[in-house]
Amino acid sequence: MNFIKKALGILWIVLAIAAAYFCIFAFGLPKFLSNQQEDLVFGIIILFILTPLIVLGLGTFGYFSLIGEYDKEE
Amino acid sequence: MSKTSTKGIWKVISASSMGTMIEWYDFYIFGSLAVVISTKFFPGDNPTAAFLSTLATFAAGFVVRPFGALFFGRLGDIIGRKYTFMATLLLMGGSTFLIGCIPSYETIGFFAPLLVLILRLLQGLALGGEYGGAATYVAEHAPKGQRGYWTSWIQTTATVGLFISLMVILATKTVLSAEDFDIWGWRVPFWVSIVMVGVSYLIRKNMDESPEFAKAKKEGTTSASPLKESFGNRYNLKFVLLALFGATMGQGVVWYTGQFYAMSFMKTVMNIDSSQVDTLLGIALLLGTPFFIVFGWLSDKVGRKYIMMGGMLLAILFYRPIYKAMYTTTDTTLKTEIAEKTNTTVELTVAKDSVYTTHKEFTDGTVSIEKKTHFATKKDDQVTTSVTINSSDEWSLIFLVFIQVLFVTMVYGPIAAFLVEMFPVKIRYTSMSLPYHVGNGIFGGLLPAISTYFVTHSKAAGKQDFYLDGLWYPIVIASVCFVIGMIYIDNKNKNAHL
Repeated sequence: MNFIKKALGILWIVLAIAAAYFCIFAFGLPKFLSNQQEDLVFGIIILFILTPLIVLGLGTFGYFSLIGEYDKEE
Repeated sequence: MSKTSTKGIWKVISASSMGTMIEWYDFYIFGSLAVVISTKFFPGDNPTAAFLSTLATFAAGFVVRPFGALFFGRLGDIIGRKYTFMATLLLMGGSTFLIGCIPSYETIGFFAPLLVLILRLLQGLALGGEYGGAATYVAEHAPKGQRGYWTSWIQTTATVGLFISLMVILATKTVLSAEDFDIWGWRVPFWVSIVMVGVSYLIRKNMDESPEFAKAKKEGTTSASPLKESFGNRYNLKFVLLALFGATMGQGVVWYTGQFYAMSFMKTVMNIDSSQVDTLLGIALLLGTPFFIVFGWLSDKVGRKYIMMGGMLLAILFYRPIYKAMYTTTDTTLKTEIAEKTNTTVELTVAKDSVYTTHKEFTDGTVSIEKKTHFATKKDDQVTTSVTINSSDEWSLIFLVFIQVLFVTMVYGPIAAFLVEMFPVKIRYTSMSLPYHVGNGIFGGLLPAISTYFVTHSKAAGKQDFYLDGLWYPIVIASVCFVIGMIYIDNKNKNAHL
């Protein structure tokens, strides 16, 4: 199980990067630059709240997994 | 350590649950009365007011909650649970009452939306601090091995708060004429809050501090800087991240799908009459709420993990079939129209717009009213449809929403006990509040907006099953959370004995 946890750490880091790309280019920026008030707020929240949260949070979680922080002592 | 007697714990549960329920009530009435509030405070023709309106909905409603969790969580771990969640109760109640007192935009101009925004921010902060306090307070009073059962009462409050807010609004609308409700009656649900808060404050005032926190304080083992210990310490930070990505993130999206996306889907995608949606949602919530207690109790017997993960897995597997069945219920293209009962009337408004109203009846008793407005000054027509469904379809939808509420009770019933047991007493309030409010406020709170975006996008692209595409957001988030939860979370928590 410890090996799976470590291996999945790489997946979480890759997922964090993929989520960052999606949140910024597919979602956040188009909304942010749409010139509509409602979309602007939504774009700000996606770009400055959701994206850092996923990237930093999931990325750190992946890193912790990779270095064995979640390993169970056997 | 001495735990509270069964009689005493009911007092603890009543005091905590009532306060938390009121906070949810306060939070929901703003959303439920959003349409009338926008006409009073946020006129659409003023761009700044419209901007503030969106801020009040998104930022204050959801994004500010984690900040409240940090602020009040820190206070709760330093000065105690009791005084902190009394402060959040008063802050929430006072803000709600004052929203009901603000003169309209017509009377005080720009100050009206600004004041609403400020008070809404305070509501979000208070809500961010309340839940962690109530859950911690109850869990620290609970007898050994019964934390899941006792804290599950706190879990019912969000649903009960939504239910009561719908009932109070419905009762006010019933007692008053439509005109009176529009002029001043919409303020009544806000004023009602202060009475409930007053009663709850008096009950909470006479409660003792939680035995575990009191013991820690007496022994001098409380934390001087809970924020630093929670998030600056790698050992605790890894559990905060695990709580977020392995539990609360998935729980948040399952909760928001079952209660809020289901409501908005029925109103905006299925076009069911608004009051009919409120009624059937109210019935489904009422039927589903006892299961919070059932799954909380069960989690004491079999562990928290498998119940929460089971709820997430069921949601992942069944959301699409459930929503497909819901949509089919009101799909008028599948129904037989009674042609002789179809009629169209035309009205000319003061602004010279033409409004075409088409009334259709179907053999199964469904009635649809389509209003098509042809504007004198705009190119595109505006079409709105309202469908009133028959009793049999109504019960089918109640059943389909009830199943979703069951998923909610599985993931949400044991979560307070799960989070409490993940962290030690000295940083518990802070450490559990943040992942809870990020998972619910951010991942869950953004669900309606993100899912609606997917639906609109797919509809514009001409996809046949466009109405199901909004579900990809909760399905993907819950799937990631399910995998993390299954692999990284132990069924037995390390602090279960504390």
